[in-house]
Order: sequence, then C-alpha cells, then structure tokens
Amino acid sequence: MDMTALLLSRIQFAFTITFHIIFPSFTIGLAAWLTILEALHLGTGRPAYRVIFEFWLKIFGVAFGMGVVSGIVMAFQLGTNWSVLSRMSGPIQGPLLMYETFTAFMLEATFFGVLIFGRSRVPPWFYFFSTAMVALGTTFSAFWIMVNNSWMQVPSGYVLEKGVFVPNDWSKILFNSVVWSRFPHMLLASYLTGAFCVAATGAWYMLRRVYHAESRIMLRMGLGLAAVLMPIQLFFGHLNGIYVNTYQPSKMAAIEGRWNDEKPGSEVLFAWPDVKNRRNLFAIALPPPFGSLIDSDSLTAAETGLNSIPPENWPPVVIPFFAFRIMVGCGLVMLGLAWLGSYLSFRHRLAYIRPLLWLTFLSFPLPFIAIITGWFTAEVGRQPWVVFGVLRTAEAMTPFLTAREATISLAIFCSVYAFIFLFGTFYIYRLIRTGPARQPFEVSHIVVPNRPMSLADEEPIQVPSPVGARE
Amino acid sequence: MVMFWVSVLAISILLYVLLDGVDLGVGLLFGLANSEAKRGGMLSAVAPIWDGNETWLVVTAVILWGAFPVVFATLLSALYLPVIAMLLGLILRGVAFEFRYKTHRLRWIWDFSFAGGSLIATFMQGLMVGALVEGLQFTNGEYSGGEVGWLTPFAVLCGIGLCLGYALLGACWLAKKCDADVREVAHRQIPVLAVGVLAFLVLVFAYALAEHLPILHRWIDRPYLFVFPAIGSVAATVLAFSILRHNDHWPFYMVALIFVSAFGTLAFSFWPYMIPFAITIDEAASPRSSLEFMFWGCGVVVFPLMLLYTVISYSVFRGKVRAASGYEHH
Repeated sequence: MDMTALLLSRIQFAFTITFHIIFPSFTIGLAAWLTILEALHLGTGRPAYRVIFEFWLKIFGVAFGMGVVSGIVMAFQLGTNWSVLSRMSGPIQGPLLMYETFTAFMLEATFFGVLIFGRSRVPPWFYFFSTAMVALGTTFSAFWIMVNNSWMQVPSGYVLEKGVFVPNDWSKILFNSVVWSRFPHMLLASYLTGAFCVAATGAWYMLRRVYHAESRIMLRMGLGLAAVLMPIQLFFGHLNGIYVNTYQPSKMAAIEGRWNDEKPGSEVLFAWPDVKNRRNLFAIALPPPFGSLIDSDSLTAAETGLNSIPPENWPPVVIPFFAFRIMVGCGLVMLGLAWLGSYLSFRHRLAYIRPLLWLTFLSFPLPFIAIITGWFTAEVGRQPWVVFGVLRTAEAMTPFLTAREATISLAIFCSVYAFIFLFGTFYIYRLIRTGPARQPFEVSHIVVPNRPMSLADEEPIQVPSPVGARE
Repeated sequence: MVMFWVSVLAISILLYVLLDGVDLGVGLLFGLANSEAKRGGMLSAVAPIWDGNETWLVVTAVILWGAFPVVFATLLSALYLPVIAMLLGLILRGVAFEFRYKTHRLRWIWDFSFAGGSLIATFMQGLMVGALVEGLQFTNGEYSGGEVGWLTPFAVLCGIGLCLGYALLGACWLAKKCDADVREVAHRQIPVLAVGVLAFLVLVFAYALAEHLPILHRWIDRPYLFVFPAIGSVAATVLAFSILRHNDHWPFYMVALIFVSAFGTLAFSFWPYMIPFAITIDEAASPRSSLEFMFWGCGVVVFPLMLLYTVISYSVFRGKVRAASGYEHH
C-alpha cells in the first residue's frame, strides 16, 4: 500500500466529483424551474414566460453537456483507483449506477429531444409534459446516485460472502430512512441552486436596467421559490443530522466538535478544534441541552464524544467541522436574502433598493458552496471508511497503484478540467450576459437531442433534415 | 442469467466499436483535412451521432461493473494509465466538438483537441486490446504486471492498427455521408488505409506465430473459429471490388463486417475467459440477486428501447449530408 498514492487518489476523486456536482445540481434545479415556467406559460399565455423559458433552456443545454462529460470519468475512476471497492461492492453499486445511466439515457434520448426540436411539432400540453419528464428524469438520476451514496454511508440489505457484498434485500437498499432524508435534501439543494441563479440573473439585469419584464419575473420567482423552499431544506437538513447521529456517531462528533460524552449535550457554535490536544480553542457554545435538542430532538439524550471512539476511526475532524458550518452559514444567508427580498418584492420596493439587488446578484455562488461543503461534510465525515463501518478507504484502493501513476492522472485531470471549466463557465456567463432574445425563438437549424450544447451554437452545424420535417 | 448479461455486454462493446469507431476515425482524418469547408463537412457527418455513440462506452462500463465487477475492477486498475489517457482523449474530443462552434478566434485549439483527442482515445483502445490478447501478468488472480505491464511492442502495434482501422471506418462513413471534396478525399484515403489495415493484420499474424501467443493454441483446438476470418476475407474481397468501382456505400458495410468478424474472432478465442486465461465468465459474474435486479428493469425494458432508439436515430439521419445548405438560415 502506497500512502502517497492513497492520498493522491483521494484528492483526485474529491477534485473530479466536486467539479462534477456543480453541473447536475444546477441542471436538476433548472429543469424544475423550466417546468414551472412552462406551466405558467400554458396557464397564463404570457409571452414573457416563454422568452424566459427559452433563455434558460439554452443554459440548461450547456450545463447538462458539461455534467455528462464530467460524469463519464466518475464511473471509470472507481475501477482504476478503487478496484477493491469496485470489486467488493460491484454487485450492489454497479446495478444502481446502471439504473442511473439507463435512466439518464432515456431522458436524453426521448423527452429532451422534444424540448429541443421545438414547439412547432408537438401540441403545447405534450411540450409541457416533456419538460416535466426531463425534470423527472434528472430527479431519477439524482435518486439512483443518492441511493448509491447512502448505501456507502449506512450499508444495508447485504451479506458479506467471500469478500463480496451480496445484495439480499433490494427494498432495504432502495427504501430506507437514510435515502429518504438525504435524497430530498439534495433535491431541495438543487432547486435552491436553480432559484438563486435565476434570482441573481434577474437582479443583474435590473441593476443594468435591461430586460425589465423578464428580470422582474426572474427576481420575484427565484426569491419566492427560495423563500418557500429554504425552511423545508432546513427541516430535511435536520433529519439528515438525526440519521448521522444514529448511524455515524464519529461523523456527528466531528461536526459538533464534541470531545467528551455529554448527557445532555452542549452545542458548539464556533471554535477551532485542536485535534492534537483533543479540545476546542476559542469556543463559543450554547449550554446543554441545546446539543441534544439539535442532534437528537431530546432534552436529555446522551451525545457521543470523540474520546469514546478509537482515534483510528476518527474522520479528519477539522474538515467536517468547518465544512458543515460554511454550509449552514450559506443556508442562513440565503434564507435571510430570500425572505427579505420576497417581502420587498411583494411590496414592489425591491427594484429601488440597489444594495439588496447587488447582494442578490452576488449571492449566486452561495448554493454551490453550500452543496460542495455539504458533500465534504458527508464524505470526509464518513472517513476513514469508504463503506461505513465495513470497508476502510485505505483498504479499498487498488493495491498496486503507485504514487507516480496517481500523480500523472491527477495532473491530467486537473489541467484538462481547468481548461474545460474555464471555457464552459465563460460561455455560460456570456449567454447570461447577453440575456434572453425578445423574439420567440425558433430553432434555425437542426439540433439533435444527443447534443444538448448545440442549442446555443452561434453558427449552425450542417446536418440533413429528418425526413419530411422541414423545408 | 449470466449468459443474458454476457450477450448484452457483447452487443454493447460491438456497437461501441462500430459506432464510435466511425467518429473517432473521422476525428483522425479531421487532423489531415486542410480547409475549413472540409472540416465542417466532416464534422457534420458525425455531429448528430457522436454523443449517442459514446454512450455505449458508458453502458459497457456500467454493465461490466454491475454484472462482472471482478473484470471491471481488474481491467481498469491494471490498465490504469491507458484508461486515464483514453478518458482524457474522449473528454477533449467531446468538448471540442461542442466548443468549436462557440468561438472563431480560438477555433484552432478545439480543432487540435478534436483530432488529438480522437488519436489518443483510439490508440489507447487498440493498445489495451493488444495487451489483453498478449496476456497481462496475474499472480493469484491479481494483476502483477506493474505500471507499464501493458506496454509491449505487440500492444503498440495493435494501437497503431486500431488507428488505421478506425480511420478506414471513418473514411468509408465520409464517402457514404458526404459529397464533393470530402467524398473525393475519402475515396482516395480508403485504398491506402485498407492496405494499411491488411498489412497490420499480416504483421499481427506473423508476430503471433513468432511469439506463440496463447491465443494461437486456442485456434488449433477450435477449428470452427476459422469461420470468422473467412467472413472477414470475403468482406475484404468485396471491399476491394467496391473500392475499384468508387462505390459510396459498400465499403462502409464491408469494413463494418470486417470489424464484426475481428470482434467475433477475439471473443470466441477468449471464451470462456473474460480476461484471457486468468478470469472466466462464471468467476467474474455478480451474484444472482444482482443480475436479476438489473434484468427486470434495465435488461428487458431499457436495453431494447436503447437499441430501438439507436436504430431510429440512424434512420432519421440517413442520406447524404448537404454540404452547403447548413448556412442558408443566416
């Protein structure tokens, strides 16, 4: 076992998956937003909704394409760097990922095609239906991934036979309380991402005094959705805390910076965990029983501290501790912005308060930061296990992987991703800066369902018409 | 159940090789094209299909992981660097395809990435197949060949051979889909590439004889295997005639048939091994509970739908690409 190779493999996985999650979380949210817009357009007939729809559909296409490209690497990487894990858990994680891939393919192949080929060919209700199906498809994709990851967090429904995890109860794997608190948490996070990106875009146009009607709709709807969803998200976040406390006490103790067993527990709001001396520096804490109240819904529950867990089973305490606080911090700022902004927008005063518009505009990174730090909390907090309590990360790595190989691959991934990411982000920025086109949008060339990014091409690519479709 | 998933896997791999072979091949020839008009024409011949084609690689990977996790884990980890390089090539190729139309000034970067990415991906695929045929080193079922255990003259030869093969497939596709310049160039390239592929096959055979590759023994044990090379040589003969007649369509189908026969040859020479002479199909298969879970959803419902969708999308995209008409809307 090469420890350097292990560290590099972990960095590589963290880097590629962090890069990847940005796009799906954005597109899941956007798909839901597109569905709402299309429903409103169908219901009210207001052209502005359609203009906004078509604008965001283009951005959806580019982000979706980036998500697909960066997602391919994930599956392969489990085999290259984590061959012991993929061999042992293949019978469970493999089928789950297969369902995800096949679901994604069906979505891409069928209904996304309808969205792109344009409204002129299908009745309006069917167009709406297709939009909803695309949203449903992205939701299903997220579901399979969350089932997969939840199994690694709290493995269930399996027996270990000859060094392989053999599934013996799929219903336990698919339908357990862990999946059903984590999946909605991720889904809501994606919706909030969509909502804040939309609101920020609206605020940006308002600050620049362009696209008046559209920017008002985007701002009002984005903030309004966020105002409603944010409290629900906090509730599901709390449910996640309950599962962590029940099944992963080591993660919880790290998140809370709790060293000693407490009954009832106190709540550390902020501190610098001094891992070497097993204490918190500069701690600001709420007295008991706030810790038990937050972690266990109880005034008297005993809470486990790191000292009663063997240090070889500790996660790296500092990362989950701070990642969690950054996530919650982002969430609270988003809640404040959403409520204040919605209230002012309801009173028709938001457009005149430029500092708040600036804040809203600049808030768009918050949901992304919250998602990434949330995942850091979940994944780093799970360490040193890859399958919690059963398989250690160090034992899951390809045994013969060398530091040199891992260095080469990490360098390759970092440089290629940086190159692509810069260009892709710049491109999305350019699309958003340009803003929605006023005239109803017709596809001027044949775009194909398998090339979502082509929706936003400046210059058409030459392909033949589908038989009898145009001319 | 195991047989079902072996068949699904075989179909997926074969489809991947045939379909993505086309656009990787076009990517290789793209590097040789000397004008924007030609490059545009070449891209348009694969634009609607490349992403769908690449999907079959992902499908292959997830089938391997779900149904044959041992093979998935062993192959990808043993072929670490080639797999990473192939992924890099495919990412660059895919992104370049999309991004080149979003810029004018920087288009050359994406053109370079497109050709380069295709080259890397193709070469690595050939290299990996070659390394498998020659046999990777295993000790007690675990790979023990080291960082570059796959790097042998034979594997490199196979890498070059696959580049020629995909390029030939790509050229035949261009002859079939395009007209004017692109078609002319393709017709000039086909015979050269065909001779190259032929020379490659002769070399491989000679090398195999010289080195006594384990595969060769299987041939002596299983004479019925000669049916595949027989099909291949018939296809090669028809190919030669169609080249002489400057036919647009036959070369593509014949080259595809040659690929099928090569695939059949390999698959049946390995049988019943999945990783030649180390891991058999039965040893590699997932437990029944996994195979059945996949069977009732992905296996009998989605997989046939995917095949159907592939057929439909190709039939929609039939006929020649009209080189000039794409710009009429501007």
